Amino acid sequence: MRPMENVPAGPALLTRYTHAERLTHWAVAVAYVALFLSGLAMFHPFFYWTSALFGGGPFMRVIHPFLGATFAVLFYAYALRLVRDNLLVPSDRRWLAGMFRYMNKKGAEIPVEGKYNAGQKLMYWSMVVVIALLLVTGLLMWRPYFAPGVPIPLRRLANAIHAAMAFVMFVGIGIHVYAAYWTKGSIRAMTRGTVTRAWARFHHPGWYAKVAGKDAP
Amino acid sequence: MALMSLDVTRRSASTSAAPSVRSGAIPDVAKLIDVSRCIGCKACQAACMEWNDLRDEVGTNLGTLQNPQDLTDRSWTVMRFYEQEVGDRGLQWLIVKDGCLHCEDPGCLRACPAPGAIVQYANGIVDFQQDRCIGCGYCQTGCPFDVPRFSARDQKAYKCTLCSDRVAVGLEPACVKTCPTQALSFGSKADMRDLADERVRELRERGLGQAAIYDPAGVKGTHVVYVLPHGDPGLYRLPAKPEVSPLVAFWRGGVAKTLGVLTMVGVVVAGIFHYMKVGPMEVDEHEEGRRP
Repeated sequence: MRPMENVPAGPALLTRYTHAERLTHWAVAVAYVALFLSGLAMFHPFFYWTSALFGGGPFMRVIHPFLGATFAVLFYAYALRLVRDNLLVPSDRRWLAGMFRYMNKKGAEIPVEGKYNAGQKLMYWSMVVVIALLLVTGLLMWRPYFAPGVPIPLRRLANAIHAAMAFVMFVGIGIHVYAAYWTKGSIRAMTRGTVTRAWARFHHPGWYAKVAGKDAP
Repeated sequence: MALMSLDVTRRSASTSAAPSVRSGAIPDVAKLIDVSRCIGCKACQAACMEWNDLRDEVGTNLGTLQNPQDLTDRSWTVMRFYEQEVGDRGLQWLIVKDGCLHCEDPGCLRACPAPGAIVQYANGIVDFQQDRCIGCGYCQTGCPFDVPRFSARDQKAYKCTLCSDRVAVGLEPACVKTCPTQALSFGSKADMRDLADERVRELRERGLGQAAIYDPAGVKGTHVVYVLPHGDPGLYRLPAKPEVSPLVAFWRGGVAKTLGVLTMVGVVVAGIFHYMKVGPMEVDEHEEGRRP
């Protein structure tokens, strides 16, 4: 538990993410930012300056795939911990149907059964797939270790898929970051590990019912 | 550094025009390789090594005249030897000088993400600037002829320069200079096309009715032109219709790049606008998270 002076007066806090989960999440986040910036330099000359952040073009090119491999290992280690909470359930369909109304504050959020809502779950699964594609295509184009053994037509395909998936991922991560910023109380969950009871009851009533008893002071 | 005595007309990964104030006075150049005259002596390989100060690893003899077996970072031209059945003419021994064809529309240059690492001079020569190369290998995916090779020592791409340093001061490439049978010629592209036409006419008179020029239109012509006595490029292991792969053209092209940038801008703008219009999703702590 955090010292009480950091905590708003009122009900006690619930633990949403453990130390290990938060540290892995932020390691993945740092790796992603570095990966995206280094990859961007190779996508469009307008962004070539980002290679300066990595010691110039040649070193940026060397470091990008190593960052990618690190990222993939961290991401899948993290994703494995979350897989059970991200399995889709029938009520997720209802949540998705009301998603746009909720996003525009035109209606209440459809009650969420588990730890994550359907939007979070779809983000989870899309990242699991997109990062797998990025990993496989990235390995195929990794000079000098793998690319020399890969037929050139396959490398062409890998290059194009890698670039396309990088943008799908940018959109996904963009939505993820914005949703966290928009949903007040979420960033606290991933930085300090805790959420208020009110937050839990509001956003994840099912999860609240499950953990409130356990976590009560 | 690009040779500043030659104009640069195209630079890889550049959003602005290449420095080209002297353009207009420089004619397109071309090397003509007349396969029918080549005796496979490999003097051109030796001359290339000598002029460019290249010494490849000594390989092993695999029971063929072809040596080295393939283009490398230090073998920019290789004589390839093929024993080939050619229709009713029976077994033919075909000798093809392999190396960069210096495409008018170079796929390597279009694919390259490093600004100025690949340039094209006003005379048509496509040159790698190794000091700017980042070693990504995209040039290999752009090339329809499988020409660029990477050095294991510096991870930079190398290929035939068409002796741009010699051409810049009015000399012919080292391979052309040394060729003892006039299988190689060098001059303006127009002159080389005329010479090629003449050679093809001679070959046809000698009974090689299929003789043809190889100057593929898919890459807007090349600055290395072949005369192929049996015509069909496939016999010489040259692609029949080479072009920059549509995948590379799309992914490295303006549309995909613009779409990518607009996507990123779109995500940021959408986020800001949504926040300004809808405002944050807050939970009223005093209401204990009761649903509105």
